[in-house]
Amino acid sequence: MINEALSYDVAHILAGGMLLVSFMLLYQDRMYGLLNIFALHAFVLSLSVAWEAYVNHSPHLYVTAVIALVLKAIIIPTALHRIVQRLGIHRTVETTVGIGATMLVGIGLVALSMALMLPVTDAADPLARQDLAFALSIILLGLLMMVTRRNAVGQVVGLMSIENGLILAAAGANGMPLVVEISVAFSVLVAFMVIGIFLFRIRERFDTVDVHVLDSFRGERR
Amino acid sequence: MMFDLFIQGIQMLVVLLLAPLLTGLVRRVKARLLRRRGPSIIQPYRDLFRLMRKEAVLADNASWLFRIAPYWIFATTWVAASLVPTFATGLIFSWAADLIVIVALLGSARFFLALAGLDIGTSFGGLGSSREVMIASLAEPALIMVVFTVAMIAGSTQLSTVSTFMLSPEVGLRVSLGLALVALIIVAVAENSRLPVDNPSTHLEVTMIHEAMILEYSGRHLAVIEIASSLNLLLYVSLISSIFFPWGLADANAAPIDLLTGLVFYVFKLVLSGCLLATFETSIAKMRVFRVPQFIGTALMMALLAALLMFVTRSL
Amino acid sequence: MTQLPFDALIAILIVPLVAAVILAALPGYKSTARLNVLACFLTFIFAVSLAVERPLAGRLLFVDDLSIVFVILNALVGLTTSIFSASYIAHELDTGKLNSIYVRFYHATYQIMMFAMNLALISNNIGLMWVAVEMATLTTVLMVGIYRTPEALEAAWKYFILGSVGIALALFGTILFYVAAVPVVGQGLDAMTWTLLINRMSAVDPALLNIAFVFLMLGYGTKVGLVPVHAWLPDAHAEGPTPISAVLSGLLLNVALYAVLRFKLLMVANGEAIAPGPMMIAMGLTSLVFAAFMLYQRRDIKRLFAYSSIEHMGIITFAFGIGGPLANFAGLLHMTMHSLTKSAIFFAVGQIAQVKRTQKIDEIRGLTVSHPVLGWGLVLGVVAIAGLPPMGVFMSEFLVVTSTFVKTPWLALPLVFGLLLALGALLGKLGGMAFGKPSGGLGPVEASYFPMILHLSLVLMAGFYIPEPIVVWFQHVASLLG
Repeated sequence: MINEALSYDVAHILAGGMLLVSFMLLYQDRMYGLLNIFALHAFVLSLSVAWEAYVNHSPHLYVTAVIALVLKAIIIPTALHRIVQRLGIHRTVETTVGIGATMLVGIGLVALSMALMLPVTDAADPLARQDLAFALSIILLGLLMMVTRRNAVGQVVGLMSIENGLILAAAGANGMPLVVEISVAFSVLVAFMVIGIFLFRIRERFDTVDVHVLDSFRGERR
Repeated sequence: MMFDLFIQGIQMLVVLLLAPLLTGLVRRVKARLLRRRGPSIIQPYRDLFRLMRKEAVLADNASWLFRIAPYWIFATTWVAASLVPTFATGLIFSWAADLIVIVALLGSARFFLALAGLDIGTSFGGLGSSREVMIASLAEPALIMVVFTVAMIAGSTQLSTVSTFMLSPEVGLRVSLGLALVALIIVAVAENSRLPVDNPSTHLEVTMIHEAMILEYSGRHLAVIEIASSLNLLLYVSLISSIFFPWGLADANAAPIDLLTGLVFYVFKLVLSGCLLATFETSIAKMRVFRVPQFIGTALMMALLAALLMFVTRSL
Repeated sequence: MTQLPFDALIAILIVPLVAAVILAALPGYKSTARLNVLACFLTFIFAVSLAVERPLAGRLLFVDDLSIVFVILNALVGLTTSIFSASYIAHELDTGKLNSIYVRFYHATYQIMMFAMNLALISNNIGLMWVAVEMATLTTVLMVGIYRTPEALEAAWKYFILGSVGIALALFGTILFYVAAVPVVGQGLDAMTWTLLINRMSAVDPALLNIAFVFLMLGYGTKVGLVPVHAWLPDAHAEGPTPISAVLSGLLLNVALYAVLRFKLLMVANGEAIAPGPMMIAMGLTSLVFAAFMLYQRRDIKRLFAYSSIEHMGIITFAFGIGGPLANFAGLLHMTMHSLTKSAIFFAVGQIAQVKRTQKIDEIRGLTVSHPVLGWGLVLGVVAIAGLPPMGVFMSEFLVVTSTFVKTPWLALPLVFGLLLALGALLGKLGGMAFGKPSGGLGPVEASYFPMILHLSLVLMAGFYIPEPIVVWFQHVASLLG
């Protein structure tokens, strides 16, 4: 009923939207803005995975979409909101490099991942190709975000956006069995548990979550 | 042949006559949104006539550039506005209606305006010119990237070809077009000195960009510059609607009734854009000058992304 | 066909899981420590039984000769570490560094980690292997941070972040592998099953495999501790409890290397993809030389041996990268010797740290005088890890150098340079620590000497004589590795 061109176009829009939101994540400099944009990121991911499920007739991907929506778009950002409030964490997120330079490097990374993935995946079908290319861009942008943030919450959000990119890649690879989906969901759960413990402990010890403060405890200097 | 020339002439006249109307409409809607009565829609025409009758006062050290600049700016902007398809595509001069040409014409207009601001040697003129050039250094590449993206999609930089392609069903839903549209809107806001980049009705010289460059103009020079900036606004609105919302555009060889319908659609698009622009300007505040590069940088980045994403489409 | 009334594969998974549940519920330190040791002992028995009776390969689990080496080694070092930890943790409880809740948590997590590592070693599905490695990493992250001092938190946070990034890259590589395999094998579980893939690899598109392998090398290489993705390793070793340092060095690095080897086998089976060898050689050699340089400036004893671990994993990766029967044999032997020696060293270091109440090298002096068994044990361990005869490590390093000379002679130069550098650094630091006038605490040692002595005697014996069946077995595995 849906013709192939339209299904491709909608998938393209959703994946491109995810990429755009990744860029938006890069230039956020306020904590709440960061968490809200991350929730948007996860929301667009769940839409993208749901569309993938509809087009490829793989019902198990609907489960992944719902997990992404409920857990990563709703529960985790709300919980992080509360943690930020309760711990009274400093509300601005400092970056190590200026925003303009970060954006340019981001564009460079997107170009790199397109140049890398597109020629290599000639044999695969177009939907899988574009999903993989976009997924790699999102992963690299998440890495960039982790590298340029000095705040622990910012780094964790970068890590979770990397995970979102991986879910997009896994959804794009047709027929990838439930094993991987369960594992991705499980990694989200455990990561969140660990994050919670660490954020509380770091705040307890240091009164801040600026990881540069952690540097003075780097053992190498002893 | 004569008929074609006649239609092109109609287009040139239409843009010239409608430009102040658009400006007046924007002002009126803004005032209404702020619960003021506002000036009448034809007030810009009255302003222009009034200015034409007044004496043009020149500074002692004004050079030939100062006197030439308004006419040059007006000429280039009018030519550019006449080339962009407003109610019909494929007009007699449409072979020259290339996106690159439009960009070059606007660039030269901006160049002369910046020089004119510097000419007298006042500090406010220099302030305006330097800010204008800073904005241009980011907006120009963004505009070029948008042109590049649109050309890659439509297969040509000729505006008539682009509009006709956009009307056909092959275009499909594309992320790149959406990104290019947003980028072009941001560039349009910056180039026309609209909020949030520059407040067109400000009286504080320190906050001005466009107004600061034309502070020294008076009389007929000022009238010419005013109509040139109205034409600039009309040009950008026509550009956006002919590329992204081309419905209602007639072909130049169609029957007169189709041309008339095209004209009606065009006026409707102008009115809609005017209202949208007014609403947009009323709902946000002016940005601090050092944040403007970030704002336009967003446009550049989106345009770059649009071009990059073109490579992930199904046709390449 | 198995003659035993159970499937040993399932057993080595069930035993740790059940033990973890029980350990989380039981209070009281003594009983949990004993239960921990018992569970590890049972796992070890089942692991050895795998060598005797091998179950058939299933969809999700299987063993072949390569896995059995790793599984048995894993179970052995896990057992001895649990014995060591049983006595070590008592001291930590006494000094108040840990309270009883955390001790329960520690033991339960220890068993979950053993479960995860066993699962990674026997999984037939590349996705399942990834899940298991991730689980093992996360459990060790939790355990590294268990002391909750600022330094421990920093180490655990760094380990978590870098480990997660590595895991993410490894997952991307796994997904790419799946996408490459789908046109050949078909969708679904089949395209992730190792035993099915290895037969059909030659038909798979090489370009995608190349990119996939780069990601896998970077991702799993983070876990192995290869330069330049090694940054988590020194801190994690230094700040966690000593049994965890032993487990990290002796077990987790090996499991990650196992994952790399499995993918290397797949890549080699496809003739046209880039040879994984050169990349492994490059990363291995860089790790060796870099770590050897870093050894000179270390002032903390655990950090010193952490860099030594990086160095040795570099040598092992280098050996597997060179390839060929001799180099693969050398790699396997070196891996075994390194696991045994490094865990023995960490056992000794843990006791030293407890007795002297410091980890700084400058404050530890005259061990052979104040605590003879400990001192001479450390001397023997360091002599072994530095690669001097007559210990087993010398034998494996010698084999690595020989095989390099045979295949690519010019690479032997940086290899030997790195080895000599490391030798110098280690012996230099050892001299001060072992001999001279004793300093620091002189109290008695509370932990058991048995694990350390066992490991060191195994390594010493291997220097003179390796039993014939083991040699044949290693050679068989070496030929499998290509």
